[in-house]
Amino acid sequence: MTRNTIEEEVAARSGALGTIRRGLALSPELRRGLAGTVLLALVATAGKVIIPIVIQQVLDVGITEDGVDMGFVTLMIVIALVAVVVTAGATGWMHLRLAKVSETALSGLRIQAFRHIHDLSMLHQASEQRGALVARVTSDVDQISRFMQWAGLMIIVNAGQALMAVAVMLVYSLPLALTVVAAIPLIVLTVRWFQTRLEKAFLIVREKVGRMLATLAEVVVGAPVIRAYGIEERVRQKLGDAIEDHRASAVKAGGLSASFSGAGEILSAIVIAAVLVVGTIQAVGGHETVGTVVAFLFLVQLFIQPIQTFGEAVNEAQTAVAGWRRVLDVLDIAPDVADPGPDGIDLPHQPLGVEFRSVSFRYPKTGETAEEASGTLALRDVSVVIEPKTRVAVVGETGSGKTTFAKLMTRLMDPSSGTVQVGGVDIASVRFRSLRDRVVMVPQEGVLFRGTIADNVLMGRPEADHDELTNAFRRLGLEDWLGELAAGLDTQVGERGTSLSVGERQLVTLVRAAIAGPELLVLDEATSAVDPSTEVRISRALNQLTAGRTVVTIAHRMSTAEAADRVLVFDNADLVQDGSHSELLAAGGIYGRLHASWERGTLESG
Amino acid sequence: MTTDSVIEQARQSERKVIGRGLQLIRRQIGRAPRQFALGFAGTALYAVMTIASAYVIGYATDEVLIPAIEAGEVPVASLVGAALLILGVAAARGLGIALRRFGAYAAQYRLQQRDRTDVTDRYLELPIEWHRRYPTGQLLSNVNADVEAASFIAAPLPMAFGVVVMLVITVVLLLFTDPYLAVVGFAVAPAIATTNIFYQRRMRIAAASAQRLRAEVTEIAHESFDAALVIKAMGREDAEVGRFGARSDDLRDRMVDVGRLRAGFDPIMEALPTIGVLAVVLVGAWRVDQGFMTEGTLVTFAYLFRLIALPMRVFAWLLGQLPTAIVGWDRIETVLDETGTVEYGATALTSSGGATADAATVGYLYPETETADLADVTVAPTVSTNGERRGIESVTLDVPPGKTVALVGPTGAGKTTVAHLLIRLFDPDSGVIRLDGRGLIDLDRDQLAGAAALVFQEAFLFDDTIASNITLDAPFTEAEVMAAAKLAQAHEFIAELPAGYETLVGERGASLSGGQRQRIAIARALIRQPRLLVLDDATSAVDPTVETAILEGLATLQTTVVIVAYRRSSIVLADEVIFIEDGRITGRGTHDHLYEALPAYRSLIDAYDTDGPT
Repeated sequence: MTRNTIEEEVAARSGALGTIRRGLALSPELRRGLAGTVLLALVATAGKVIIPIVIQQVLDVGITEDGVDMGFVTLMIVIALVAVVVTAGATGWMHLRLAKVSETALSGLRIQAFRHIHDLSMLHQASEQRGALVARVTSDVDQISRFMQWAGLMIIVNAGQALMAVAVMLVYSLPLALTVVAAIPLIVLTVRWFQTRLEKAFLIVREKVGRMLATLAEVVVGAPVIRAYGIEERVRQKLGDAIEDHRASAVKAGGLSASFSGAGEILSAIVIAAVLVVGTIQAVGGHETVGTVVAFLFLVQLFIQPIQTFGEAVNEAQTAVAGWRRVLDVLDIAPDVADPGPDGIDLPHQPLGVEFRSVSFRYPKTGETAEEASGTLALRDVSVVIEPKTRVAVVGETGSGKTTFAKLMTRLMDPSSGTVQVGGVDIASVRFRSLRDRVVMVPQEGVLFRGTIADNVLMGRPEADHDELTNAFRRLGLEDWLGELAAGLDTQVGERGTSLSVGERQLVTLVRAAIAGPELLVLDEATSAVDPSTEVRISRALNQLTAGRTVVTIAHRMSTAEAADRVLVFDNADLVQDGSHSELLAAGGIYGRLHASWERGTLESG
Repeated sequence: MTTDSVIEQARQSERKVIGRGLQLIRRQIGRAPRQFALGFAGTALYAVMTIASAYVIGYATDEVLIPAIEAGEVPVASLVGAALLILGVAAARGLGIALRRFGAYAAQYRLQQRDRTDVTDRYLELPIEWHRRYPTGQLLSNVNADVEAASFIAAPLPMAFGVVVMLVITVVLLLFTDPYLAVVGFAVAPAIATTNIFYQRRMRIAAASAQRLRAEVTEIAHESFDAALVIKAMGREDAEVGRFGARSDDLRDRMVDVGRLRAGFDPIMEALPTIGVLAVVLVGAWRVDQGFMTEGTLVTFAYLFRLIALPMRVFAWLLGQLPTAIVGWDRIETVLDETGTVEYGATALTSSGGATADAATVGYLYPETETADLADVTVAPTVSTNGERRGIESVTLDVPPGKTVALVGPTGAGKTTVAHLLIRLFDPDSGVIRLDGRGLIDLDRDQLAGAAALVFQEAFLFDDTIASNITLDAPFTEAEVMAAAKLAQAHEFIAELPAGYETLVGERGASLSGGQRQRIAIARALIRQPRLLVLDDATSAVDPTVETAILEGLATLQTTVVIVAYRRSSIVLADEVIFIEDGRITGRGTHDHLYEALPAYRSLIDAYDTDGPT
């Protein structure tokens, strides 16, 4: 856990009730049958005071100077047994209801959050946050489940038990009940004293755990670097410190928690001793019976134990609620790239052009929505018109804005200002279905999903049949490649496609784009090197795929730029040059410089 | 793995649990003896005082309360005495509890510390080939989750010991006090124990299959979020939600199963001790009636049952922890039992300036296995689906001092293997690799690390400042750091950062771009003024213009440079090119020469360079 989430957690603790209210509003299923469950919880706690009452009755009524009334004792025991069975039944039923209701609601919440996160463009903009977003739909939701069925329940049951014990005490004897109640401030002060310190101690432990885990990860992931630079000793020392820091902080927190348990024991003894003294004095005065005093010795246990565990349960509940809050916070972020839905329009059935009208884009910093974005400016006031069926190459150095340009054109993100038009209509008003059918982006690395090659290609157009599939391979000249594969279309690609080589994965993504049959194709050219024969196949397939379409390529190779009808040059978020390769070459400037650094390589090779 | 096999596995482990569990307990006690001693001392005090507290309550009833009522006056002395006795016993019991829990904590974290240190020591010593065999995630969880799991038995152990002590004392007391009450005790305790064990077994199976589904849900979320861009671009969101939702609902069903089990057993476990107390009261009242027992004794045993019934759950807890603890321990042992180390010689290097590097008939094949499993060493490792073993065969080359040699070849040809062998990241299967004519395996560790540096394709940064990442905490001056950064074309962007060289890069350098990380990694190598510098595609994320600037800077040094390169612009800067295909050197000479003479080389260079959507 990073320092950041610890701060979050501290903040969350203050607003726990608010979070629960928000959470319940969002998952109304959680409240279904709540009254019944609470009623069952009350019955379950009521059963716990049976023992002291039976003991009092047996001692006072059953056992007299004349002997023992076994009939009465047996009756009492039978009544108590019935109560125990009823209590057990109520407890079981309550657990079952809670499990069903909360797991159903939470699976719903999990799926809702998963869907919602896919609608947030931060998912693909900020790859470093992906791990955290996975936690939103996994461990955070699990924490809510634990809260619903464990800590949250404990709080209610414990409170009920303590109140029930007090009620029985009051019925038995006001003076003795007051003796016990008088100890409350002492108990509360002790609990609070420990609780604040425990909380702090465990926060420190969590921070130390985070540091230790990060250092451990470095040892594992960085093993080759550590070996290559011979820095084992340095690493060992750092790691030793991190491990020792963690141990020391954990033992310190553990010691505090252990003292707390010991102190609780002494507290309850103080109350028991007080009950004995006051009880004896009262009994001598004829105000109490032996049974009442002894019953109190049991009632004190029933009263103090929940107060002791209460703090622990509250602590755990707050941690769980912090997880809930994180899920709700993600759900609160408005989807920044929303489907216009039924109000949307379809793209016209004609070759598509693109127009950017003074488009700017700023990346949001961590935690910001797209609207509040105040991060780096990735695109500054770009206006450009791309005619249908032209081939455009976009060039520029890393971070110049060329990828942002492509993402805006496919509406993977919306501009911070300005508008993007495709086929003469505002891209934001186009229904997703229509947009994804007609405008296809092929990302740089061939991303595949576990399944067969056919499964992966069909993502381009799920309704395509087998003939259409093989036709698509044939059109791109990939029949021979398909034939080389052991199982052809049914070849399993493995997790994330790792059973195929990098180049083969790219081939599959090209077929996937081809079968979708888009009017506007946006290509992010691959930079990774693949073996020459696959390279030739890729280029052949690309030629086929791009023929007759509007194509915008983020070019990493100058040859792509040379072959394009038009070249757009980006530098530091600005569109700085626009023209054909030869025009731009004549003009010099940034393009000239980029070209020269490439040229140097080619020319020297003769 | 199917749910059935999970269940089967759980059943099998059950059989082995007790034997292995005892071994584990012995081992762990031996590894933190002082902490456990403290815990056991505490628990013994706690056990004795628990029994004593029940007796004190009985004594107070019989000797103080009842006589006082009968006498009609408050016996001040004995009342104060009884109150003090209650407090004294409670104080001792409280101390026992505190010591028991503190000892358990101290033991648990001491065990974790020792295992973590031992396991990471092995990690740091074992050859890199060993690291390659295991997925990173598994090595990480070994040193984290497995170590924790193995230590968790420390928590219930002292308590379990205390419960045994209490049970033995209670049984003895019952036998001496009243045989009929003893029967109640003998009936209730085993009932509680059996229910516990039965419950734990069922629960473990249910929890294991829920855990399995939870892992699947996490995996889908990871895969799906990683591919977010593609999913968005293809409009696949609904299909993804369907895939995730199905698994999430499976998990929900499993969790409801867990809840159902809990609903069935929890109430029984709570009811049993209560039934025990009721039985004590019933039998006790009968014995009082017959004159064999006093009311005080009845109260004592009712109170005692209440006190010891709850702690009996600790056995269930201990039994519940054991299987996971044993699995964790097995995995730790797999690592600790690995004996491989890298042996270094004592030879020193005497020359200065660029080093000579050479390799004679070097062969190296990657292990046939792709991944292994720490959990089960007997499981046959998965063989790579491509079937072919990668590596190099009979590679002979020499790099003259001060020269720059480029290693070129298609992906998977063996370039990286050669690069890694040159600095002895691992040893070849056959052949010799030398630096300045001396075999790498004879060289002193520090001599080798000082003379040869490798920059990896994946720039790995530590969660530290930029300066520390360059120096790796070796004593370099600020000026040296800056000079190295300038040479690596990193100074400019570092200077623009608010904290400059003191900027914290975050975990694995997350706050920097790929190209920036690579440049820092290059500066890290350069500051050591290596006499042999090996760059394994170390500039892949750097813009071509910057890359050229870096390479041109290197040419001004005396250093011998071996570079694995793809871009023509980098390759042409080398004095010589070595062309590798399928693990063998198939061409050697200047770029111009190879380009003319070798069609395979030419087509590779052209493929990287000129093809595109034309």
